[in-house]
Amino acid sequence: MPLLEPRANPSRLMQWTAPLIAIVLTLLVGALLFYSLHVSPLKAFYVFFIEPLETSNGWSELALKASPLILIAEGLALGFRARIYNIGAEGQLLIGAICASGVAIYSNGAEAWWVLPAMVVAGAIGGGLWGAIPAWLKTHFNAEETLTTLMLTYVATLLLSWLVSVPWRDPGGSNFPQSIMFNDNALFTLLFEGLRVNTSVFITIAAVLIFWVFVSRSFTAFQIAVGGQAPAAAHYAGFSSRKTVWLSLVISGLAAGIAGAGEVAGPVGQLTLSLSPGYGYAAIIVAWVGRLHPLGIVLSGILMAMIYIGGDAGQVSLQLPSAITGLFQGMLLFFLLGADAFVNYRLKRRKPRSLHKKVTA
Amino acid sequence: MARKESPCMMTHMTNDKTVDLAGKASERPHVEPRLSLQHITKRYPGVVANDDVSLTVMPGEIHAVLGENGAGKSTLMKIIYGTVQADGGQLMWNGRETAIANPSAARALGIGMVFQHFSLFETLTVTENIALALDAPFDLKALAVRVKAVSERYGLPLDPNRLVHSLSVGERQRVEIVRCLLQDPQLLILDEPTSVLTPQAVRRLFETLRQLASEGVSILYISHKLHEIQDLCDSATVMRGGRVTGHANPKQETTGSLARMMIGRDLPICQSPEYTGDSRFALEVRNLSAVSVDPFGVSLQNISLNVQRGEVVGIAGISGNGQAELLAALSGEDSVDYDNVILDGIPVGKLDAGQRRDLGLAFVPEERLGRGAVPAMSLADNAMLTAHRQAGMKHYGLLNYAATREFAKRCIERFDVRCNGPQSAARSLSGGNLQKFIVGREIMQAPKLMIVAQPTWGVDVGASAFLRQTLIDLSRSGVGVLVISEELDELFEICDRIAVLSEGRLSAAMPKEQTNAESIGLLMAGKAEKEVA
Amino acid sequence: MIENLTPILVGTLGAATPLVFAGLGELVAEKTGVINLGVEGMMLIGAIAAFAAAVSTDGNLAVGLIAGALAGALASLPFGILTLSLGANQAASGLALTIFGLGLSAFIGQGFVSYSLSGVKPIAIPLLSKIPLLGPVLFNQDIVVYLSFVTFGLVAWVLAKTRLGLVLRAVGESPEAAHAIGYPVIAIRYGAVLFGGAMAGIAGAYLSVVYTPLWVQNMTAGRGWIAVALVVFATWKPARLMLGAYLFGGMTILQLHAQGLGVAIPPQFLSALPYIATIVVLVLISRDRKLLQLNLPASLGKPFIAGG
Repeated sequence: MPLLEPRANPSRLMQWTAPLIAIVLTLLVGALLFYSLHVSPLKAFYVFFIEPLETSNGWSELALKASPLILIAEGLALGFRARIYNIGAEGQLLIGAICASGVAIYSNGAEAWWVLPAMVVAGAIGGGLWGAIPAWLKTHFNAEETLTTLMLTYVATLLLSWLVSVPWRDPGGSNFPQSIMFNDNALFTLLFEGLRVNTSVFITIAAVLIFWVFVSRSFTAFQIAVGGQAPAAAHYAGFSSRKTVWLSLVISGLAAGIAGAGEVAGPVGQLTLSLSPGYGYAAIIVAWVGRLHPLGIVLSGILMAMIYIGGDAGQVSLQLPSAITGLFQGMLLFFLLGADAFVNYRLKRRKPRSLHKKVTA
Repeated sequence: MARKESPCMMTHMTNDKTVDLAGKASERPHVEPRLSLQHITKRYPGVVANDDVSLTVMPGEIHAVLGENGAGKSTLMKIIYGTVQADGGQLMWNGRETAIANPSAARALGIGMVFQHFSLFETLTVTENIALALDAPFDLKALAVRVKAVSERYGLPLDPNRLVHSLSVGERQRVEIVRCLLQDPQLLILDEPTSVLTPQAVRRLFETLRQLASEGVSILYISHKLHEIQDLCDSATVMRGGRVTGHANPKQETTGSLARMMIGRDLPICQSPEYTGDSRFALEVRNLSAVSVDPFGVSLQNISLNVQRGEVVGIAGISGNGQAELLAALSGEDSVDYDNVILDGIPVGKLDAGQRRDLGLAFVPEERLGRGAVPAMSLADNAMLTAHRQAGMKHYGLLNYAATREFAKRCIERFDVRCNGPQSAARSLSGGNLQKFIVGREIMQAPKLMIVAQPTWGVDVGASAFLRQTLIDLSRSGVGVLVISEELDELFEICDRIAVLSEGRLSAAMPKEQTNAESIGLLMAGKAEKEVA
Repeated sequence: MIENLTPILVGTLGAATPLVFAGLGELVAEKTGVINLGVEGMMLIGAIAAFAAAVSTDGNLAVGLIAGALAGALASLPFGILTLSLGANQAASGLALTIFGLGLSAFIGQGFVSYSLSGVKPIAIPLLSKIPLLGPVLFNQDIVVYLSFVTFGLVAWVLAKTRLGLVLRAVGESPEAAHAIGYPVIAIRYGAVLFGGAMAGIAGAYLSVVYTPLWVQNMTAGRGWIAVALVVFATWKPARLMLGAYLFGGMTILQLHAQGLGVAIPPQFLSALPYIATIVVLVLISRDRKLLQLNLPASLGKPFIAGG
């Protein structure tokens, strides 16, 4: 027996309560998990969600982690609206970081003001180009972007690995696979003395505003949404699906590339193998939990940053395994997708009364 | 909870005409009704699809269920076939109360069903398709032999090894019928079986059905076509809005009296002012050939056609003969050579759909949900789909929502779209109301050429009449109108000239006074089916 | 010459075996119209479950494989509930499964990082293994490789020759029609998804218990995604899937040998080859839209909720 029946109109209420339901369910399962690990769930939640906010350093770290997550997710959400599934933002982020680092490394020693802006631009171009490859493969050869974006992420990882172990390896760095530390003119300015949060958050804030206006008001965003919900209708109306593919993948690549530049020119300060703790993947979840809405993504990005910080804190003060962050991310997306079903469907009401006499045929 | 009532109480509760049938049955006590439905009720969210429906079918009887779209006929048949469970009421099979849990149980009882939208699998062979619906041991070779034998016996020629996607629509229907016949059915249900057939094929189908009835098979024949029911059926149950509005012997009724039972008033008739002629072409199609990109599609072969301002031209033919490909080439969804399609004097063959609309093309596709409208979007947003090129709808790439809502509101008022205002989702509208909205949206953009595919498919009688009248009026205001339809009656009602599309070729458009359903039907059948006939 | 070739070919079969299992499982699921992008996650969960089970039974292979299959099937269940019962987006749900699998396996695996297993000895089939070249390649392998041959035979036979296979194909082509004539579409799809999960689990088990045999976080390194791509490359045909898996296995082994021989190409570039090859292969197949459309299960990726 089918459990669900379609609603006539999508439920606006469910649209916005689904993420809350997903968060609550994730916390419930999380509590069970902590309990099974002999950690008091209340203590764990305190460490995860309250403790980081008790210090200015905690707030700084929150902004520092939320910023790239939000920036990447804004770009991804645009594509997801068009049902273009770029799942290779991690690779685009790495290429962005590589390109930005290239600028920093080759301009090393030049005391010029333009180094940092050039790094951001290089990161954007790099990420955008890395996103353009799957766009080209999709529009010209019909190749699935899910698989190509992901494969390109592995390629990007290996490219990074080669760069930091051979050509760009810091000669004075005791053979570690990492580049030189960047000069101050290749780094974002710190906002507060002693805290890591830097001026790159303004890029994210600007991006959120631009995406907000774009998604809610622009005709292009409307075309993208039609293409995602009903490709035949977009075709019928004469909206170009190629344009949508290019826009989605290049813009999301560009955003991820800038985020990558923000990492090497920010808290990392050099090109290393471990410059991203999986921001590109986590941003996929951020985009979905934020309802693909530019402002919703801000909230979900902050939530995801808390999970990251909490995971780190839990490791230190509760000896929780570090992998718990990934587990929470997966659960959150699972529960969200489940709750989402109730936007367009509702539970079938029980039959009024069955008047059938059950006779087996 | 079982309903405990004696049969005689039941008769008191049903209306007069059922009493007649029940009375006849009691005069001949040996003959049990093959199927008897009593007080069947089925509710869906917001609608009662079947409300206290009762009907009786005798062995060997051809019984019509007559009603317009949305009357609840299909739901009732799904209940009999076990795809849907009733919320209330009883089903008596050969005199015994029976619950039919699923289609497999229905087949085991001897109930066969020919679906309106065929339940066939394109990439499987005829035999494989039939094997899927049989509960017999899995032996495709033996089955192919049986398929051949049965299909020949009932005059339904079929090649068991062909892939279904290579069959014509008529042949596909044969597969469905043969699939039922292989199970020695006692009751055969046919849901709108003639909507895809040529007049000649309809006659052959009726011969087969009469042969089956003479062998004692009962037939439930679902249709909204009055003359077919009068031609074929012994008795009829008429439904409207989920309820039974009468039982009748169709041969003793007039089309008018049946129509009144079906829609509650007289059939509306369109007013068609004389076409005065205008030599300027709204559309010219010249030597259009196009290879279909769809592996299951039909290629267009050297199609030429013109539509003058002020006239309605119809293209008859069964879907799957190049209709989709022709529409795509005309609307701009597929690109062809510039000179293949000339819109109001301008070659547009390579322009995309949006560019052609800028030049005065309007188009209403066959699929309303998913093509003509985005199901989950509001009517206001759906207005934007094509009306964004109207003045004031957008500035510097940003949308003006107030203007869109206003446009949608005017469209709703002017074209009598029943809905909860511009914010209702497209999918919440009935087929007829959504079609009125889409047609209205296109007309409000003052087109020079209007192309409409299957204008009244799945639309109730009242909305159909409204839509047809709208199209006639539109043409008489100086717009060229091209209608592609499977319904011959409709084309003869609204068109000035009619052409036929068959196997990717288009016949010359004939003034409708110079042709008739019979000769159009022959053209529709194409070469392949003519040889069989 | 033959002496050099044999170890390469033997290695090819080993490297291809996880792709064979995961690919066949995904192929069956996709035949019924469900695309599960969670193969990578299910493989990881299978890998850690199998490794844990094998470690705690002194390296018992059978226990490891069964644990892997069960864990893989169990992991596919939330995906099934989301996409089949709740009508959720298949791409997103598969992705969630991969992220979840990555996290869960790493979480469980933290206790197993320091363990290692002794691996599995090949079984030489008498007489057949003595055939020059082919013998040692095909008939001197570990038992799981033989099991992959049998699985291929079974899947190919069921899909092509049996009523079950016909029903699976029918459901994938038109769930509406299958529902109309009375097949339990959702139940059939659940079966296929669980089968796909079990196969991915075995693929992961082979990696952690036989091939490596170690637990390393994220040890599948994209093999699950390559398996998904192989199904497209195979145009949903089991025999072509085998071919694709062995091509990729061969490439993996060749680049390892090249690294071992000290070829003057950076090892990172050689390691990138399978991923680039996946893209090339996808492009080659996908550009022929007609070929793809002719073979694609028509309902692939589209949710089906039984009406009424």
